[in-house]
Amino acid sequence: MNSYPILIIGIGNAFRGDDAVGLRVAQDIKKEAPDRVNVIVQNSDGAALMESWKNADTVILIDAVHSGGNFGTIYRFDVHTQPIPTEFFHYSTHAFGVAEAIELARALKQLPQNLIVYGIEGKCFEAGIGLSIEVERAAQEVVTRVRRDIQNVLPRKYTEYH
Amino acid sequence: MKSRTIKVDYLARVEGEGALYVKIKDNTVVDIKLKIFEPPRFFEAFLRGRTYNEAPDVTARICGICPIAYQMSAVHAMEDAVGVKVDGQLRALRRLIYCGEWIESHALHVYMLHAPDFLGYPDAIKMAKDYPDIVQRGLQLKKAGNDLVALLGGREIHPINVRVGGFYKVPTKQELFPITEKLKWARDAALETVRWTAKLPFPDFEQDYEFISLRHPEEYPFNEGRLVSNKGLDISVHDYDNHFMEEHVQYSNALHSLRKERGAYFVGPLARYNLNYDRLSPLAQETAHSVGLSGVCRNPFQSIIIRSIETLYACDEALRIIEHYEKPGKPAIEVQPRAATGYGCTEAPRGILYHRYSIDENGLITDAKIVPPTSQNQKTIENDLRHFIVKHLKLSQDQLTLQCEQAIRNYDPCISCATHFLKLKIDRE
Repeated sequence: MNSYPILIIGIGNAFRGDDAVGLRVAQDIKKEAPDRVNVIVQNSDGAALMESWKNADTVILIDAVHSGGNFGTIYRFDVHTQPIPTEFFHYSTHAFGVAEAIELARALKQLPQNLIVYGIEGKCFEAGIGLSIEVERAAQEVVTRVRRDIQNVLPRKYTEYH
Repeated sequence: MKSRTIKVDYLARVEGEGALYVKIKDNTVVDIKLKIFEPPRFFEAFLRGRTYNEAPDVTARICGICPIAYQMSAVHAMEDAVGVKVDGQLRALRRLIYCGEWIESHALHVYMLHAPDFLGYPDAIKMAKDYPDIVQRGLQLKKAGNDLVALLGGREIHPINVRVGGFYKVPTKQELFPITEKLKWARDAALETVRWTAKLPFPDFEQDYEFISLRHPEEYPFNEGRLVSNKGLDISVHDYDNHFMEEHVQYSNALHSLRKERGAYFVGPLARYNLNYDRLSPLAQETAHSVGLSGVCRNPFQSIIIRSIETLYACDEALRIIEHYEKPGKPAIEVQPRAATGYGCTEAPRGILYHRYSIDENGLITDAKIVPPTSQNQKTIENDLRHFIVKHLKLSQDQLTLQCEQAIRNYDPCISCATHFLKLKIDRE
């Protein structure tokens, strides 16, 4: 059972350059996480994701994206008001990844009450450790925004920041 | 002269990145290429210079779906090199963790990746809208497998508890026991899965394949046995390199594996089933029989039923192992490295996975060879497509393309595993 009302999930691979950004944001949030906020990191296995958010009211998920946008672009989705483009989180070689897990949970009526997804446009997904400058900057910005989300009532809007 | 081209630029519902190109001229397939364009992965090269006990954890990273297979082939090859045999409960625990991997991998493929083809959906998400209970059952079945791997491996993805000589830590009987209820549910769910998949519509399609798998004197094979085929092959794993070769084709980053002087062959659930039906548990055999299957099944489209039968077997076998389990005195047996070459071949969910390592007297790896199941099936997949297309030329372009994709998914190809780069040696005179 997950007794925390807010669950923060950082997704990524620590050894694939900017793919680690979700993990990095989660680690920063964890340092000063208020009570009743649980922070976990995961790889992009869709079934495991669906399992991990099963008992949380509000979930904030952070992952790198590879959609052809400007490096470091931050995308924010309120999953209840819009579908996640399936090609968005398709960097993973898993046949069943983040976008599929979200849409499958929607079809099965198993989405958490609130689900916010932050996507950060990565620059380099080659093997190696460390974020690019653009993504590093975006990571800090996302940390601030996630902290604000935690503090505030979660707004159900889609916004795109540069 | 009529020419037609089928192109799938990005194959969906397979692990990794691949593409298909087919050219048809005058009702004949003149060109067919299953392209694998994941970047080459240099695992064999960067294993050189590492120690023998790093191989299981390093190679487990090749695949997020079948890390246990990599760990098992690696430990068996290393134990072969150093002259150690793992027996008793430690051996049983290895079978048990492999059961977990088969359950999770097969459930994922049957429900999420392959079933939508048969029911006419583009993906499992669309299928879930009409069949929520069935998709839910698939997810829960997969979860049972994941839980078993996590229990023994320390975590679900890239488990870390397997080592040369045994495990780092072994569970007590009490620690294993709680998963029993989950596995009993999974066994029932797998039985339902067999009944459900058997009712799917199957194209009439059979080829004269050479099926190759392990065969063990008593067990349905996971970790040990001789390599056998329905065309007379019966060899020790040590002789693998004398009977198989790898060939580089320009359009793919994955090597094609061939049986010397024979060519394409077929590995995976269908091969295992045809060669080891008599080693399945009574429940798995009865269930196969109840849905009209004999011990022989040559239609690759029906591999979805066979995968379900193997899932049922894996649940049954896991329960049997847990029932007879007693915690071993030591989690691993002592291993002393020596200069030698070792060979290991185990049954990954997708078929035989061969590892060969040479190590020096300090246990450092001097040479490594890894042949994953998908590179062994590539040639057969292309042959299937060639024959399938000729029989179905009347289908519309969209329909034919879809059915070609379905035919590829019969093999549950794991492209991430299959990709590695051929070492080139150029002699100049």
